[in-house]
Amino acid sequence: MPGKPANDKPTYDEANRLMELSAILFYAFTVLTVGSAAYMVFSKNIVHAAFALIFSLSGVAALYVLLYADFVAATQILVYVGGILILILFGIMLTTLDFTENLKTVTVNMLPASLLSGAVAVLLLYVFFAAEWTTIVPADRDGTMYDLGMMLMNEYLLPFQIAGVLLLVAIIGALLMSTRHKNEP
Amino acid sequence: MLEFLENIIPSSPVALVVFALFPMVIIIVYALFAIWLERKVAGFIQDRLGPMRTGGFHGWAQTIADMLKLIQKEDIIPKDASSFLFKLAPFMIFTASYAAFAVIPFSSGYIGSNINIGVFYLLAITSFLTISIIMASWASNNKWSLVGGMRTAAQMVSYEVPTIVTVLSVLIVAGSMNLMTITEMQTGNDIMGFLPNWFIFQNPFLIVAFAIFAISMLAESHRVPFDLPESESELVAGYQTEYSGMRWGMFMLAEYADMLLLSLLGATLFFGGWNSPFGTFMSGPIWGFGWFMLKGMLLVFVMMWIRWTLPRYRVDQLMHICWSILIPLSFVNFVLVALWEMIF
Repeated sequence: MPGKPANDKPTYDEANRLMELSAILFYAFTVLTVGSAAYMVFSKNIVHAAFALIFSLSGVAALYVLLYADFVAATQILVYVGGILILILFGIMLTTLDFTENLKTVTVNMLPASLLSGAVAVLLLYVFFAAEWTTIVPADRDGTMYDLGMMLMNEYLLPFQIAGVLLLVAIIGALLMSTRHKNEP
Repeated sequence: MLEFLENIIPSSPVALVVFALFPMVIIIVYALFAIWLERKVAGFIQDRLGPMRTGGFHGWAQTIADMLKLIQKEDIIPKDASSFLFKLAPFMIFTASYAAFAVIPFSSGYIGSNINIGVFYLLAITSFLTISIIMASWASNNKWSLVGGMRTAAQMVSYEVPTIVTVLSVLIVAGSMNLMTITEMQTGNDIMGFLPNWFIFQNPFLIVAFAIFAISMLAESHRVPFDLPESESELVAGYQTEYSGMRWGMFMLAEYADMLLLSLLGATLFFGGWNSPFGTFMSGPIWGFGWFMLKGMLLVFVMMWIRWTLPRYRVDQLMHICWSILIPLSFVNFVLVALWEMIF
């Protein structure tokens, strides 16, 4: 708007337009998340499925951003993209494009899986309808980084350390498993 | 800057788009210039002139002519390639490096998004680069592409560790992840009376950190001597083998954008970002932008200089350098930086 004085509070119109913009973004990322998740489940090619999983998890990261959880969003991308990279590498090692005709994922345990997912869906729907949803837009949008760091280093130091030790044990275990053949004669 | 744009452009969403496109303009102008510069640097190092004819003065229009040629070329997609992923990969790789520019403070007046998790976001979003290269290499259905992609994955995952540790050593000096705050902390000339307050002068161990960062920067942007993913003597062109025309051009653009991104990150973390080296002399938003690009371009020039000077490492040497030398060194250096900060 020309001639608008700088630094004034957003007017009702502008705030409304911003809300509309985030609503559009929300639905776009929801479609991305759900669509790629569906593709991942129904795809027979494991590498395609892994790539679809990346888009699904990135969509979830974008939803975190819309919830003002910036640190969680960045962590989501950092952790899952790296993890899925390894998944894809395994996929490539197990199969190359020439041999996909022989190695495709097959559907097993149709009945128990359907029952379990149905139960989870009912549970989620129950939570969705039972919970009282309130919309609170935080006044302070400075991000969660500082508070998160303070809490991790003070109140929740022990769980944080235990998680670290757990990861260290996992790394040592992975090393042990991958080098066992060399130690045994 | 956004407020200024909103004042001159009547519609605020359009102003937002113009605001967001600013790094794109920089990347494209820079890429046109840097590709020309790379040829000139290569030429001079090898005692020849490089492109001289197109456009008149020292062949300045050579890259523009090349780009026009690339746009006209036929778009070839191999018959057995995985078509969707093959088409998607070039755009995704450029999107990833462009998205990372959002947190780079180009001057005191311009930063795309002034978020507190700046550096962390940058490190997270650049992991999409690796994914896109793997996507391109797998979708091409070509053995050279696949080997190049696997090498890229191994190299990027390995060299992420020393990069992140050196970035962390700067962060413990700065105490913030916001790149704008980090730059503002380096304003002034107080060290020994005349040196600027850049982090590289503030802590002697950060010089070592910068050396490690520079080496891993070369590997992260896969430049010589670490250009194993596309080593042309073994792998034709690595993951780019099956690409042609503008899709290949997107990879080229992303590669140069990645070089600029890492150079600008280095300039922000170690060399004071948009701060003038002469204190308040020649400082301000416009001068700051000039200084920042100058520092970034100097680092880019060093990367080009190294490319035409050093031979390529072998794959096992590459991994040895990372896991046996750089990673232990960067962790020891991290502790030393922290100790120096505690004592002084």
